[in-house]
Amino acid sequence: MTDEKLHTRRAALKCLGFGGAGTLFVLAGGVLTPLDLALAGTKEIKDAGKPLFVQISDTHIGFHKDANPDVDGTLNRSIDILNAMAVQPELVVHTGDITHLSKAEEFDHAQQMLSRLRVTELHTVPGEHDTADPGAAEYFKRFGKASDNKGYYSFDHAGVHFVALVNVLEFKPGGLGTLGDEQLKWAVADLKRRSKSTPIVVLAHMPLWTVYEPWGWGTGDAGPLMQELKRFGSVTVLNGHIHQIVSKVEGNITFHTARSTAFPQPLAGVGDGPGPLKVPAEQLRSMLGLTTASVIRHPRSLMLNDSTLGEA
Amino acid sequence: MMRGRFLLAAMGVFGAQTLMAAQPAAVSVTIRNYHFTPQTLHIKAGTAVTWTNKDDDVHTVMATSVPFVSGALDTDGVYSYTFAKPGTYFIGCSLHPQMSATVVVE
Repeated sequence: MTDEKLHTRRAALKCLGFGGAGTLFVLAGGVLTPLDLALAGTKEIKDAGKPLFVQISDTHIGFHKDANPDVDGTLNRSIDILNAMAVQPELVVHTGDITHLSKAEEFDHAQQMLSRLRVTELHTVPGEHDTADPGAAEYFKRFGKASDNKGYYSFDHAGVHFVALVNVLEFKPGGLGTLGDEQLKWAVADLKRRSKSTPIVVLAHMPLWTVYEPWGWGTGDAGPLMQELKRFGSVTVLNGHIHQIVSKVEGNITFHTARSTAFPQPLAGVGDGPGPLKVPAEQLRSMLGLTTASVIRHPRSLMLNDSTLGEA
Repeated sequence: MMRGRFLLAAMGVFGAQTLMAAQPAAVSVTIRNYHFTPQTLHIKAGTAVTWTNKDDDVHTVMATSVPFVSGALDTDGVYSYTFAKPGTYFIGCSLHPQMSATVVVE
């Protein structure tokens, strides 16, 4: 591809925000192709790939404000949708804010609900709402094992290399999310050991690119990580935190934030701040949802499919 | 009875301090729309600052130069800290990195 064409494509895909339900995005070889959701379930889509994992995010168990007085109900509906998938994914990832206030009883309740998942393999990264207690003790007590209590770790599944990161623990006032030098060094070294043909999935709670700086929607020190990710053929960066879908493609890196299962948040910069967005009850479920990632074998990459919890 | 007496004594001390400092020995900061208001505070050493969260979201109050962090404050949650030593303190929320404020203690 010539530089000119590349730049045109990049410009066109620079910042895609697709908030509506009913569209499926197929990522193959770095080219993003929207398909109508009406095709979902047809042979054409089924052949595109098998669901490798489903991303759940921002369940906020313990939240009880007007924006959604029943976060248990919407998580349960998400689990029902997931359990009803004809082909079960091999694993589920939760990209943080499992709880609202980091309370032991909230974690216990969340775990109890998540134990209803037919898929037993659950991977997590913490959100800032999971680490508000001293030392983030409640999160690490339950989910620290995979990372030897560091919070960040990597694993391989079905030929895909997953890197799970923490960007909510080292905030400096007046800034963005932070990975910190130690974690960055680890992540770059971890990636250096993989071949460039390995599909990479990076998980973190806060967006790893700057979505909107005044609201802290980004990660200030992700530069060296992004530099290392450039050499891979297929990279998918999945985040939560902003409770809405924002996506962009840069070269072979797809950035994507998931909807929350609990409550929506406003579009970047709209209104006084990023607080829970109150919408009419009949609209709520259409603004909550899950993301499914499937593997496409030729060329080897991932396809992302966002689904909502329904219209009402 | 004991409790009542203690309260009276405490109020007496509080009143004396107020008089000497010619300013209240306690100040309030409101957290609303992901901002601390007032954003900059000028206080005398020994002043207690009380933060109240008026957002639907959760916040904490922490300082980068002194080891305190409030723990999660839900809506209407309150946290107080007494600044004993003069200096400039940078205040933030451990949940929202975009939030910042300054407390100048004379």
